[in-house]
Amino acid sequence: MTSTRSRISGYAVVVLALALVGGLYTAFAAPKPKADTGTNQSIAVKEGRQLYLQGCSTCHGLSNQGGAGGPSLIGVGASAVVFQVESGRMPLASAAAQAPRKAVKYDRTQIDQLAAYVQSLGGGPTLPSGPLDDGNLALGGDLFRTNCSSCHNFAGAGGALTRAKYAPALKPADARVIWAAMQSGPENMPRFSDNQLTPDEKKAITTYVRFITNQNKDPGGAALGHYGPIPEGLVVFLVGIGVLIIVTLWIGARA
Amino acid sequence: MATLVEKGASGAATWVDDRLGSSNFIKRSLNKVFPDHWSFMLGEIALYSFIVLLLSGTYLTLFFEGSSREVIYNGAYTPLKGIPMSAAYESTLRISFEVRGGLFMRQIHHWAALLFMAAIVVHLMRVFFTGAFRKPRELNWLIGVGLLVLGIVEGFAGYSLPDDLLSGTGLRIAYSIALSVPVLGTWVSFLVFGGEYPGGSIIERLYPIHILLVPGIILALITFHMMLIWYQKHTQFAGPGRTENNVVGSKIYPAYAAKAGGFFFLVFAVMAALGGLAQINPIWLYGPYDPSQVSAGSQPDWYVGFLDGSTRLMPNWELRTLGHTFSPNVLIPTQVLPGVLFGLLALYPFIEAKLTGDRAYHNLLDRPRDKPVRTGLGVMSITFYLILLVAGGNDIIASIFHLSINEITYTLRAALFIVPPLAYLATKRLCISLQQADVHLLHHGVESGTIRRLPSGEFVEETVPLPSQYSVLLATTPERKELIAHAHTEDSEPKAVAAKPRGFFRPRGGVVEPPPDHKELERTVD
Repeated sequence: MTSTRSRISGYAVVVLALALVGGLYTAFAAPKPKADTGTNQSIAVKEGRQLYLQGCSTCHGLSNQGGAGGPSLIGVGASAVVFQVESGRMPLASAAAQAPRKAVKYDRTQIDQLAAYVQSLGGGPTLPSGPLDDGNLALGGDLFRTNCSSCHNFAGAGGALTRAKYAPALKPADARVIWAAMQSGPENMPRFSDNQLTPDEKKAITTYVRFITNQNKDPGGAALGHYGPIPEGLVVFLVGIGVLIIVTLWIGARA
Repeated sequence: MATLVEKGASGAATWVDDRLGSSNFIKRSLNKVFPDHWSFMLGEIALYSFIVLLLSGTYLTLFFEGSSREVIYNGAYTPLKGIPMSAAYESTLRISFEVRGGLFMRQIHHWAALLFMAAIVVHLMRVFFTGAFRKPRELNWLIGVGLLVLGIVEGFAGYSLPDDLLSGTGLRIAYSIALSVPVLGTWVSFLVFGGEYPGGSIIERLYPIHILLVPGIILALITFHMMLIWYQKHTQFAGPGRTENNVVGSKIYPAYAAKAGGFFFLVFAVMAALGGLAQINPIWLYGPYDPSQVSAGSQPDWYVGFLDGSTRLMPNWELRTLGHTFSPNVLIPTQVLPGVLFGLLALYPFIEAKLTGDRAYHNLLDRPRDKPVRTGLGVMSITFYLILLVAGGNDIIASIFHLSINEITYTLRAALFIVPPLAYLATKRLCISLQQADVHLLHHGVESGTIRRLPSGEFVEETVPLPSQYSVLLATTPERKELIAHAHTEDSEPKAVAAKPRGFFRPRGGVVEPPPDHKELERTVD
């Protein structure tokens, strides 16, 4: 009898202790993000929430629960917002194999507000502050060829994946978008966490990508899209053989 | 002054002639006649590209180091500074960025190689569709096919030498192709590469093959190819005054020499323009070869593209039995298929002679429409080849046109078996229609546009007989004469007759022309 009673009291102590710990946690820990972020940040989150409700909630859900149209955004982090919105992919115009690049719908302030809001939901990767493309060019090239060129092509011209999906061309992507893509791993792209590619390595890759897509002058002349031997073969037939057959016709006509 | 020069020149010529007796030979050679037709100049494009290849290649050998010795890059191209690479790749970077005119030479060399192969293929098509390969020129056809195959080998070796990422990817595939040979594969691949891939000596082996062995054989075969043209005389199209026994055209000197010389410079101009204006194989972007890296859109040069395509279309069949792996998924598209294709190509003149029973000498060319079956077979083969070539670029097509690579591949797999036979039927029908149109022209003349009203009130259109030079041209082949005879005797629409023209599969009922006397072949009508 006494043993039963002591057993029940034992359970009661555990339940009480759990309730106490839980209550203390909700009392002290939960408001912590609010306490950490300044007033600016909380305004950004508030504004971001308004933008979210207007432009994103149709698919991602009024309370970020996700749905048939789009995934939940809890835990994706600010990087995902920067990648998707700053490259114009979101808001999505229509369902397709992959979200295409479009004209950007939000300005930089609004994107930061949206990012702050999504970050406030459950954390996730964020972009570092400071310049993103002043890394080691040669290291970036080597890492790019190992990790990126198998889908994005040796010059970042893009490439095909299965079933009409694709690795996009990298020329339109600025340093923030490139960095955010590596961090968030959008669509079919793998995510490169800071353990796989350190911030310095990410910086090197971003530097190299910006170099080959925007600063490289193509010393050999017309780049032919950087698609490799296929356009070269087309040129040799359409231009080379084409012009020379016209020349033979001209010489032949003067016989 | 002029007389002095003339005196000196004639004196020197006499000195040489007294010793070599060469004036007769030169006189004969300069008076040689070469027929005029634009399509006879296609082979010349290949010849001139080869000359440019030899010259630009010689320049490149002065700076290229064919070695896989590892070095750390410290050259002019900053994005590769401090990266370990082979001496071959480093020297190619040096040629591209530091050697004066080096990048231009590299680019003109590469464009000339692509043009060389393209010109060979276009020339081959001309020879095929006009029946220029028939007796007595089967041997020259075989040499031509040999040159085509050697060109592919030479091109692939050159593509592999810079040891960039694209080169290495190509060599990796070559290694796998060698590996897929049943039973012998492992030994063959180790023999070629000197060990497990990459083996460490393939660049050292390919270099002398690329700059000495294969170009030497190509040069010898080109010489023999042209000596045979010289000896057997060039073929010509039928026309007024042109028979199986003469050659009508311009003399080698001065008319033909001037034309060919001018044409050389125009071909050279096209190559120089491409080499100077269009970037080809930017090896600095591919980076040094590293077996752990492969870029998207890695493709061979166009002349190997059909094998890449056949491999992409091939289902992934692999067999593991008795502790061995058999790879028909690699063996069939990369070895069996080209073996069959090039075998059929080489043997075609003999196959056609066997099937038609035509053993006569032919110095007059066919118009493609006059041999519907041959022309149909040719277009069928080109279609087959083109589908393989397109399949080799399925990823680029998918990427540029936003299509599904899977559906492109499935479509091309079906097309490979369905489209070529349709192309054959359509071409054959088209040839027959063109023949009918010719016969119609001969029979009814050219529409004048004048409508005459008869007293009875009927309207008739006036036609003008075909000018004689055209009617001779249209009425020369035996098949054509037969058709015309039929059309005249039956006095009906030629459609009924022409619906069953003689393809080459049926012999021509005992009309075997006597072989012409070789010495009389060259009566100039100039």
